[in-house]
Amino acid sequence: MNLTLRIWRQSGPEDKGRMVTYQVDGVSPDMSFLEMLDVLNERLILAGEEPVAFDHDCREGICGMCGLMINGDAHGPQRGTTACQLHMRQFSDGDTIDIEPWRARAFPVIKDLVVDRTAFDKIIAAGGYITAPTGSAPEAHSVPVAKADADAAFSSAACIGCGACVAACPNGSGMLFTAAKITQLSLLPQGQPERYTRVIGMVDAHDEAGFGGCTNAGECTAVCPKGIPLNTIGRLNRDYLRATAKRGGTPGS
Amino acid sequence: MAVTGILLVLFLVAHMLGNLKIFTGETAFDHYAHWLRDIGTPLLPSTWFLWIQRTVLLAAVLGHIGAATLLALRARAARPVRYAHRKKVNGSYAARTMRWGGVIILLFVIYHILDLTTGHLNPQGDPGNPYGNVVADFAPARWYVTLFYTLAIVALGLHLRHGAFSALRSLGQQTPAGERRARAAALVFAIVLCAGYLVVPFAVLTGLVA
Repeated sequence: MNLTLRIWRQSGPEDKGRMVTYQVDGVSPDMSFLEMLDVLNERLILAGEEPVAFDHDCREGICGMCGLMINGDAHGPQRGTTACQLHMRQFSDGDTIDIEPWRARAFPVIKDLVVDRTAFDKIIAAGGYITAPTGSAPEAHSVPVAKADADAAFSSAACIGCGACVAACPNGSGMLFTAAKITQLSLLPQGQPERYTRVIGMVDAHDEAGFGGCTNAGECTAVCPKGIPLNTIGRLNRDYLRATAKRGGTPGS
Repeated sequence: MAVTGILLVLFLVAHMLGNLKIFTGETAFDHYAHWLRDIGTPLLPSTWFLWIQRTVLLAAVLGHIGAATLLALRARAARPVRYAHRKKVNGSYAARTMRWGGVIILLFVIYHILDLTTGHLNPQGDPGNPYGNVVADFAPARWYVTLFYTLAIVALGLHLRHGAFSALRSLGQQTPAGERRARAAALVFAIVLCAGYLVVPFAVLTGLVA
């Protein structure tokens, strides 16, 4: 396959940045999208040019490092797939592909396609933990958990924090991420002691980081590589309403 | 957004039911219209209830617009550099057009009050004869009024289709099955409300109400 790539090049946080066009020939349909970028980078290095910087680590769809806006789709055209698991057979010979970094004030570009996702860490730090001692794995039967709750908590816990929800959101909101991190804990008995301080802390950290507000548009869940459902945000909303209603009664407030 | 929206929706339902009284004839409709001024009497002096309702509605409208403006400004600030290539969004057309749809509805409400409440833009504008005002307003010769009215109501329907679901979600609707029910209910509600509002001008246009 021969492709025309239009890639966002930005030498550093202060650079204005621009779309630059590259030709890539001899791409195999069995390559992953990142392998295709590797081919381009090898060629750029041989030609003495600066390679395109992009985030990646495990390349098997579970680490959450990769994240590219491919033709306006977060992680590309295939649903439930990270960019590293996207294969070039999803494209046709002669295609022009636009590749951009996640666009959000809370995710400033470091270089080319690499963005700084520290804002997500700040949200986690504001409440994504439990105070119960966690040493070795406990006896599974000592704390009963309803199967439905365990399943829902697990589907939230599948979030890899890649940031596609923010990238796709018309409001630049990180609410699907925040909701996933809140509900994976609030659905389980171990997460109950901090349930209501957690939701307030994490939503405040989300807003302070400069993310937009959620309008239930539903873009996030469509592009989420882990298929975190939109109703997760409903769980966050319910916890938030309860937390604000009973704030005075919350220990430590 | 959700709380002020629900207040406005309650008014929309009551207003639609009142409009439909036009099919019960001129006397009944005019009687209903005059009764609106006397709700709450003798506990409240005449028209007091109406003014209390108007105050609450105005507060709800301002709150709704204020919250929407805040969300829009936050959204703008949250993405200072735009995408060069932005796919059409996956979500519904209704969700995508909430902001501009809201602006269209606001412009219509202003026109609508000047038309059928104060009577300034009404060809008849007789406060004593609301039935006649409606019939004169939607007369076939004034087809453009009916057209604008229809466009505004369709915008309202789209606004409600996403808005009603979104309000339930904001107030804590949290299960996947409930989401399907909430979306279906919002769609049916939007269609019923659209039909209820559109039947009046089209009845006048076709001569069913004269």
